[in-house]
Amino acid sequence: MKRFLPYIAVAFFASVPLWLQDQYFLHTLVVSGIFMLAAMSLNLLLGYTGQLSLGHVAFFGIGAYVSALTSLGFSVSIFGFQITHEPWPPVVGVILGTLVAGICGYLIGKLAFRVRGAYFVIVSISFAEVVRLVALNWVELTNGPLALPGIPPLTIGFEWTGYATLWGKAQNYYVVLVAIIIAYVIIKRLVYSPFGRAMIALRENETLAMSVGISVTKYLVLAAIFAGAMAGTAGGLYAHYIQIIDPMVFMFLNTVTMVIMVITGGKGTLAGPLVGGLIFGLAPVVLRSYVGPELQWILYGLLMILIVFVLPDGIVPAIERWFGRSSGNADDQRPLTLETSKAPQS
Amino acid sequence: MNAETTSRQPILAIEHVAVHFGGLIAISDMNFHVGEGELVSLIGPNGAGKTTAFNVITGFLKPTKGRVTFRGTSLNGLKPHEVTSLGLVRTFQRTSVFDKITVFENVLIGLHRRTAASLFGTLMSLPKERNAEAALREQAWEILKLVGIDHQADELGGSLPYGDQRLLGVALALAADPSALLLDEPVSGMNASETARFVSLLNKLRAKGKTILLVEHDMPMVMGVSDRIVVLNYGRIIANGTPSEIQNDPEVIQAYLGQGVKHA
Repeated sequence: MKRFLPYIAVAFFASVPLWLQDQYFLHTLVVSGIFMLAAMSLNLLLGYTGQLSLGHVAFFGIGAYVSALTSLGFSVSIFGFQITHEPWPPVVGVILGTLVAGICGYLIGKLAFRVRGAYFVIVSISFAEVVRLVALNWVELTNGPLALPGIPPLTIGFEWTGYATLWGKAQNYYVVLVAIIIAYVIIKRLVYSPFGRAMIALRENETLAMSVGISVTKYLVLAAIFAGAMAGTAGGLYAHYIQIIDPMVFMFLNTVTMVIMVITGGKGTLAGPLVGGLIFGLAPVVLRSYVGPELQWILYGLLMILIVFVLPDGIVPAIERWFGRSSGNADDQRPLTLETSKAPQS
Repeated sequence: MNAETTSRQPILAIEHVAVHFGGLIAISDMNFHVGEGELVSLIGPNGAGKTTAFNVITGFLKPTKGRVTFRGTSLNGLKPHEVTSLGLVRTFQRTSVFDKITVFENVLIGLHRRTAASLFGTLMSLPKERNAEAALREQAWEILKLVGIDHQADELGGSLPYGDQRLLGVALALAADPSALLLDEPVSGMNASETARFVSLLNKLRAKGKTILLVEHDMPMVMGVSDRIVVLNYGRIIANGTPSEIQNDPEVIQAYLGQGVKHA
């Protein structure tokens, strides 16, 4: 049963645009999906290596700006050199945004993983703040607070098939769905491989991990590269869907949203950020139809506190434990506890 | 007294190593060798610097002076995982296993050094990587059987009885494919039957030609298994010889029992 659950989920979500009439709700699903993608990437760091990055939105924003600027074109002068870039197709923008965010993940990983715990958290916040200030003040490139408007939507296709421009919400919904599936497969293969085991070993006991020959820097940086790149993809998709970005994309609340999605869903589980992302992505919209705007965010906060108190490991591990108890583990494979991290990260 | 009593090829050499923590001298001037296939025990009262010596050898601590060489390679400045990659693997006194992970996966993690998975192959889930993973699982079973905890493969590391946790710690180290094994107080807190089990494991490892450096307080066990014993006191080596030589060394007796009270 558990084996088919991902396929059932994909089939269900693939059918949503076919019967959902409410376009605003579909829009919410697309935006939530983009943030779920970012939360999945954060989970690789927070859930599997145990490092809390509170600057994760930086990779998201970098992906968004790189993708937007690649597809819009720009002209800046750096040290007297005039650099002009002609617009490229949006898909290339998303790919470049992914790559640049991944490279930033590498650089930040190399620098920031010299420290751990609270110090790492501070370095990650500072990084996001620096990137935000660059976006705000490098007006020639980013338009500063005036925002980058008119970002073209994604186009897909080849010369021999003709191009389709994805204006509609349903089309973007499927793009995000496919991106999430790809990210899910990548993360799954990674964490169930020797690479993922090394990351989990570092989370559980760094000293012991070193003693069996695991290079701390190598695997933390590897996780940061993947996490950065995936968040960059999410940012790129966001830019082309919303079609306008400004430095507000770097706001701290966006990081917090990702962290909430990961923690409530269950960090260190594959499905955790998706479950948490659905709940906290849709909660504001669902609540809006029942209560006033003041109460809406209070309830949002209460829901979060309630989940963290009642299910400190997150929703997914709780469900797994529930089913594990009632059905008895009949899997022929050895049960992998790699998916449960019981102790709260200090 | 300090003459090397071994004719074996020395593979691990600690030369003039000193460790100072600020004004505190943890190790003053330490010199000893461990030969190929030899079992050497490092003993001494609490605070003598035994664990500090381990930390220096395995790269967890930088020596203030001196150097450590393993098979001709200087270990100075190497990180712990680099020391491990030379085949010199240690266990720990306290943090010995991954608590929240199954015994089987503990060993899989320990096998890290023997995995040759490529990132690309892993992401593409290529047959080569899947076969390598299956082979790795086989190896994990072999190690669990060797150590004798294969029937507990599905238990969480932290839920094992204490003695078995120590065995798992050794299994983790063995998984890293060591040619020389450094065991930090492996039988401390074990009862007699657990210790006996551990000694039989040590003998199995020696039969496989592993070189072993042991830090231990359990004297009957040390005297029984060691080829040679190095005695540390106050950061200084006070004796180095066979178990029978050590047992009759007046300086060692004094270090352990203190100055005899003069009777009136």
